[in-house]
This record gives sequence, structure tokens and C-alpha cells, in this order.
Amino acid sequence: MSEVIHADHHDDHAHGPAKGMLRWLYTTNHKDIGTLYLWFSFAMFLIGGAMALVIRTELFQPGLQFIEPEFFNQMTTNHGLIMVFGAIMPAFVGLANWLIPMQVGAPDMALPRMNNLSFWILPFAFSMMISTLFMEGGGPNFGWTFYAPLSTTYAPDSVTYFIFAVHLMGASSIMGSINIIATILNMRAPGMTLMKMPMFVWTWLITAYLLIAVMPVLAGAVTMMLFDIHFNTSFFNAAGGGDPVMFQHIFWFFGHPEVYIMILPAFGIVSHIIPTFARKQLFGYTSMVYAVASIAFLSFIVWAHHMFTVGMPLAGQLFFMYSTMLIAVPTGVKVFNWIATMWRGSMTFETPMLFAIAFVVLFTIGGLSGIMLAITPADYQYHDTYFVVAHFHYVLVPGALFSIIAAVYFWIPKWTGKMYDESLGKLHFWLSFVGVNVTFFPQHFSGLAGMPRRIPDYALQFADFNMISSVGAFIFGFSQVFFLYVLIKTIRSGAPAKARSWEGAKGLEWTLPSPAPYHSFTYPPEVKSEEVHG
Amino acid sequence: MKNQILRMLTGTLAFLASGVALADELNMRVGVTDISRQVYDLHMTIFYICVAIGVVVFSVLFWSVFQHRKSKGAVAATFHDSTKLELAWTIVPTLILIVMAIPATQVLVAMYDTGGEDMNIEVRGYQWKWQYKYLDEDYNNSFSFFSNLATPKSQIVNRSAKTDTYLLEVDEHLRIPINRKVRFLVTSEDVIHAWWVPDFGIKRDAVPGMLNELWAIVEEPGIYRGQCTELCGKDHGFMPIVVEAMPEAEFDAWYATKVTSEVVRQESMSKTFTHDELMVQGEVIYGTYCSSCHMANGEGVPPVFPAIAKSPVALGPRDDHLSLVINGVSGSAMQAFGKQLDAVQLASVVHYQRHAFGNDVGDISQPQDVINLFNGQ
Repeated sequence: MSEVIHADHHDDHAHGPAKGMLRWLYTTNHKDIGTLYLWFSFAMFLIGGAMALVIRTELFQPGLQFIEPEFFNQMTTNHGLIMVFGAIMPAFVGLANWLIPMQVGAPDMALPRMNNLSFWILPFAFSMMISTLFMEGGGPNFGWTFYAPLSTTYAPDSVTYFIFAVHLMGASSIMGSINIIATILNMRAPGMTLMKMPMFVWTWLITAYLLIAVMPVLAGAVTMMLFDIHFNTSFFNAAGGGDPVMFQHIFWFFGHPEVYIMILPAFGIVSHIIPTFARKQLFGYTSMVYAVASIAFLSFIVWAHHMFTVGMPLAGQLFFMYSTMLIAVPTGVKVFNWIATMWRGSMTFETPMLFAIAFVVLFTIGGLSGIMLAITPADYQYHDTYFVVAHFHYVLVPGALFSIIAAVYFWIPKWTGKMYDESLGKLHFWLSFVGVNVTFFPQHFSGLAGMPRRIPDYALQFADFNMISSVGAFIFGFSQVFFLYVLIKTIRSGAPAKARSWEGAKGLEWTLPSPAPYHSFTYPPEVKSEEVHG
Repeated sequence: MKNQILRMLTGTLAFLASGVALADELNMRVGVTDISRQVYDLHMTIFYICVAIGVVVFSVLFWSVFQHRKSKGAVAATFHDSTKLELAWTIVPTLILIVMAIPATQVLVAMYDTGGEDMNIEVRGYQWKWQYKYLDEDYNNSFSFFSNLATPKSQIVNRSAKTDTYLLEVDEHLRIPINRKVRFLVTSEDVIHAWWVPDFGIKRDAVPGMLNELWAIVEEPGIYRGQCTELCGKDHGFMPIVVEAMPEAEFDAWYATKVTSEVVRQESMSKTFTHDELMVQGEVIYGTYCSSCHMANGEGVPPVFPAIAKSPVALGPRDDHLSLVINGVSGSAMQAFGKQLDAVQLASVVHYQRHAFGNDVGDISQPQDVINLFNGQ
């Protein structure tokens, strides 16, 4: 009790952050933790990106030139794991930390100490995982999907470190989600009903439930692996009565919702940026909310479409084909609503808007190839080829990643009180846009022509497209280093930003000064109708 | 200016797209079975529908981007809701999906018709090669062989020019007759692999402990190539699939000689070989089965792949060495070669290992020793 009074006493006087480096270790402030998450994910993004460039360097020409197949497999595996768990997911959590309290009119997250813990687990998890690359026998080399028995009986010794790293990441995600749900459900300003919440808040609320539902499933899968490896159980060992296919069912029961965990918050971000720069309210807010909820529901009943070639009965194949195709409907609704929002707006094309429009276009391309992949008989030909690689990179790079970059450009004036340099931002956009398409578009063709994924060397007919792809990858990779330069320049010497940094910006966060005060809303703000939906 | 650039871009894209439609290398192969043609047609149908959707959606989007911009004086409208529109763009896509699902279901049902086969072949994945076993009882004698990558290491490490079938050539093709329904029973010995022949339109995972069924009726003689399509470890990229479809009579003749040589092979088990014969045979087998892990010079890649040169096993008792090769080391990458090699091969490769890379034990391993070990267990 005395602690509460103590805290209240402090809150009476608006105070800034503590001094010194320890501030970052002890902080319970949503902005500090958001910043930590965002920089951490950016560092992971550069490390995972460097691994991608190692892969593309080896694939520049047929033949083995630079690395051995064994190391190549470690690169593909760690690239995937780091990008999924280290770059995309923490970036979204960082954005949630920064934005949700400001958007619902709260002073901070509901559970600040847990917030600190959920971030500080991550550096340990990833140090543990990356350290395996320097161990005898090498790091994880079984793909980010770590199918048993390649990841159990045949795995390098370091797999145990990988298992514990995944456990830590899962614990961090679950804590983050609990915090986000608690904040959204309990700390909204009076008058902000659920159906008046900003789309980013809505998408994160649903995402957080997905995370809580599936991260324990992943934890179960890796724990069973641990037991198979060290305690002679046979969960996934056919020779002992287990079933390697069961691993895939469990993995994808986690894995498919995981895919939407990486895209739903992106939908939220784009639903803020497009209305702002079209100077027009989001079209079909209600159906946007329902579409996100439908996608989240469907994500639980489509998992086996990753396993069409594994050998399922006809009825199973048909069920998963139909349910997968169904996802196109709510996803289409979202795309149509964004376009309807742009329609007869008064658009300008600042950097966040460019990234958002590229998101809509390129994500749709990834969605259309997704429909092709849902068609089971055709999927037999696409499965585990570069067509799949092209598909999921289209939804994850110009999808999830572009939305994160767009969000950074969009809200950085609010975070730092400084405006980025518009021409540098646009240059970054065009470099990224060209880079991403040059990298991934040709992979559709090499996949259709029959190039399997995860191979360090390939037959000669795939040579041209791989060369183009590698060139694109380097353009894309270095334009993200340029992004780092743009960010540092903004923070150091950006022009001062207005409170409402964009002409068409709506929402409670824009009613705060730029940069936003350390404790966002000390008193519940009035929720005016012009700032919210509905 | 911007419009011009965009027009140029769209022009280039259209040009590229037309090139794409022409070139065969860029698209799925039509293949040589009825199923593969149905799959190709389905693929193209879905592809064109997706392209049409893309064209419509992106046209509206870019029309809006070019027309409704503030710099052109556009004033934002205030509409933000329409139940009719929302219903329309929920129902219309659903109908399109149903149109797609009908042919997809038909092709899938056809693919699952695995009965009525003329012959059965077991396809077994190993790290990193395929084993083919002809099962039919009608032929009286079932026999099997391994199909290993035949591309020389020198091409892979860029020391010699790469041939047209780089990474897509094996030492022994899987041979099947045309115009007969061949059923493939796909399984694995170790990790999960996937067996894929694009020209037949079939792909299935090879899962240890599971038997998956596939079938094909090939209509044209020819050599058809595919690759393993499930990550299976270090040499996942180096275990191609080559199927040779032969006219029926030619296939039957080949099959008969194969059965005869199988009898001869069985007889060779009781022969006694000289040191030189064993060394010659052993070196070939070492190159095919052992060198990818233990390296051509026997030095291995410790600690994952131990050295054979001067190793305690190679210098220790002969029967221990034979047993290790026969049974493998569980929980490691060392496979149980007793299932993959016959007694002559096992004896010669072990003899070779004990007398190469500076090892010189001075004993001899004969097929009979291997058979004795098998019987002793």
C-alpha cells in the first residue's frame, strides 16, 4: 500500500526519465521499452539481413563458391528464425508499446514491470541462439520450421540451446500479449468504446490473443523435442512408435496463426496511414474489424495447407484447401476497403504513404500467389520450391516489414519531436521498392521452373534468375543501412515537428505535443468524435 | 514527368510479361502424364483469374492514385461506409473461389485414384540418395538399387566445366515402362525427404515409418529429372531424381537382365576376393557412400564426421569395424549401411578403409565375414 502512495506522490510531478545507462535496464516506461524493442529489432533485422546476403552471395552463381552446404543450412535457418522472432515480432511489440497507451488515452501500459521483463528476456534468448553458430558442430541447420527427425535425432548438439532460446522468446511474447490485452481492455479513456478504438489497437488486441493461444503450442513442440533428444522419448521418432508428421501438425498449428501475428498489426498500421494521407476517414471501419477477427479465426483451421505433400486422406486435403481459399475473402475485404478509402480522397505521397501503397499492392501480389498455393493439386508442383519463397517474402517483406518502416516514418515525429528528411525518405522508399521486387519477383519463375528451396547449389537453368535475385538482395540490404542513416539524422538534426505532424492525422496521439510527454496522458483525455472512428 | 516514368515502367513490365508467357523455362512444365496436364491447366486457369483480379484491383487503385491527389486540386469526399459495397466484395470473391474450387477438387480426386496399378516400386529416401525397389510378385524376383548423384565434385567446386545436367544426373536411373500405371510407394530410412518428378505432376514426402502412395502413367519415352524437395540435411541439394520412361518391350528386356544380374550378384556372395580386388571395389564404394562425410582423404570433418585415417576403429578389430558400418551409430549421422550395401560391397569398403589413407592393418575382409556377422546377430 505504501508503495502505491509513493508512486502517486511521484506522478503528481511530471518527471522525465532517470539519468544514466541504467535507465534502460530498470525502465518501466512504455516509451523507453518501445524504443528498446525497436532498436533491438532493427539490430536483429541487420543481422538476419546479413545472413540473407550470405545466402544470396552463395546463390549468385551455380556451384559452391563461398560457403559449405552445412553452413548454408545454418544461414537459412537462422535467417528465418531471426527475422520472424527477432525482427518482425519485436518491432510490432515495440510499436504497440509506443502507440497503444497514446492511442487509447492512457499514461502507460497496464503492467509496466512485466513490460520490462518481457523485453529484457529477448537479448538473452537471441544471444543464446546466435552463440550456437560458434559452437562445435554448428548452430540450428534444420530450417526455421525445424521438422523432426532432422531437428531431433539428426540435429547438431547445439539444438538444446535453440530449444531454450525458443522457450524464452515464447515467454516474452506471452508476457507482452498479456500486457497489451490488459492495457487495451482496462485503460481506455472514458468514451472510447471498443468500436471506437483505432485500428492499430484493434489489430493488436486480436494479435495478442493469437499469441497467447499459440505460443504455448510452440513451447509444447520444442519441449517434446527436448525429451526426444535427451530423455529417450519417441514423440516424433517412428522407430519408437512416434510420428514425425505429428510434429508438423503441432508446429503449423502454431505456425499458421504466427503468420497472421506478423501481418495483422501491419493491417492496423496501414489503416492509419492511408486515411491520413487521403485526408478521408477509413472506409468500412466495422467490416475492417470483423475482417481481422475472421482472419484470426480462420488462421486456426488452415494449418495443414503447409503439409499438402505429407500424405493426408483426400477429405483432409479438401478441407484444408477450402478453408485456406476462404481466407481470401476477409483479406480481400481489407484491400478493397483501403482502396475505397483512397477513392476520391485528396492524396499526398509522403514516405509513409508510399510505403503503405506499396504494401497494399505487393501484399496483394503475395495474397494472389497464396490463392494459387491453396489449390492442392497445383501446390504439389509449387510446394517447397522458390515459388513458395517468393510468396511468403512478398507478404513478409513488402508486407510486414514495409508496414513497420511506414509506421516509423509516420510516428517518428511524435516520438522524437523531429521530422525526417522527406527526400531521403523517398529515396529510401524507391531503393527498397526496386530492391524487393528485383529480389523476389524472379523467384516466382525459378520456383515454377522447378528450383527447390533451401539448396546451396542449383541446376544451370536457374542461373539467370538467381543472379538477378542476388543483385536485388544487395540493393535492398544496403538501402536498409541507408534507412539507419536517415533515422540517426532525424534524431540528431531533424526539423521540429508539430503536435499534429500530418495534415490529415486523426487520433488521440496527435493531441499530445511532439515529442510526447514521458507519461503520455496523466489525466484521461476527452474522446472527441473527430479523433475516433464511428 | 512522373507519369512518363510510370508509363515506361508499365510498358517494360508488359514486355517482360509477354516474354514470360512464351518462354517455357519460366513456367510450370506441362509434363507427360494426363495428371500433369490437368495440373498445368488448373495452374494456368487459377493464374489467369489471379492476374485478372490483380489487373482490376490495381487499375482502380492507380486510377485513384493519379486522379485523386491533392496536387490536382482533389477535395476529399466524406463517405466512409456502404453495406451494399461490403456485401458485394464479400460475395463476389466467394463466388470466384467456388469457381476455382470445382476444377481443383476434380483434379485432386483424380490424383487420389491410386488403384489398378500394373507395377509397384518402393522409393526410399536416404541421406542423401534414393533407393528404388521393384516389388512386383509377377516378376518373381524383386531387386533394388541406389541412385546417387553422378555430377563430379570437380564441377560442384568449379574446377571443371558444368554439364547441361549439372546436379540432375545420377549413376543409375529409375526405369519405368510407358503406358503402364506405375505406383510408387514413398518412404524414408532416416529424415523426411520429398520425391518429386515435375513432368509427372507428382510430389510426396518420404516420411520414416510412413508409406505414401503416388502413381503415374507416362505417355512418352524420355528422361525426366527432379530433385529432393524437403530439407534433409547437408546434401539436400545433391540428391536428384532421374526417371527413364522406356517403351514397354525395351523395359521388359531391361528388367529381365536386371533379374539375371541379381542372381549373379547373389552368387558372388560366396566368392573369396584378393586384396587388390577388394581395394579397387572398395575405393568406388567409398567414393559413393562415404566420402561426402568422411571426405575423399579420410580426414572427415571432426567432430561431426570423424576421420577414418588413423582412427581407432579402422586400426582396431576387423569385426568391430564391420559391425559399425553395418549397424551405424544411432543418434548420429552415421547410417546403418547393412541395409544399403550387400556383403561384397561391405567387405570391400571396410577392407579399403583399413588399407587406405595411411592405414595398413594387413588383415582381409571377405563377404563371408559379413554374412557371418549378420548371422551371428
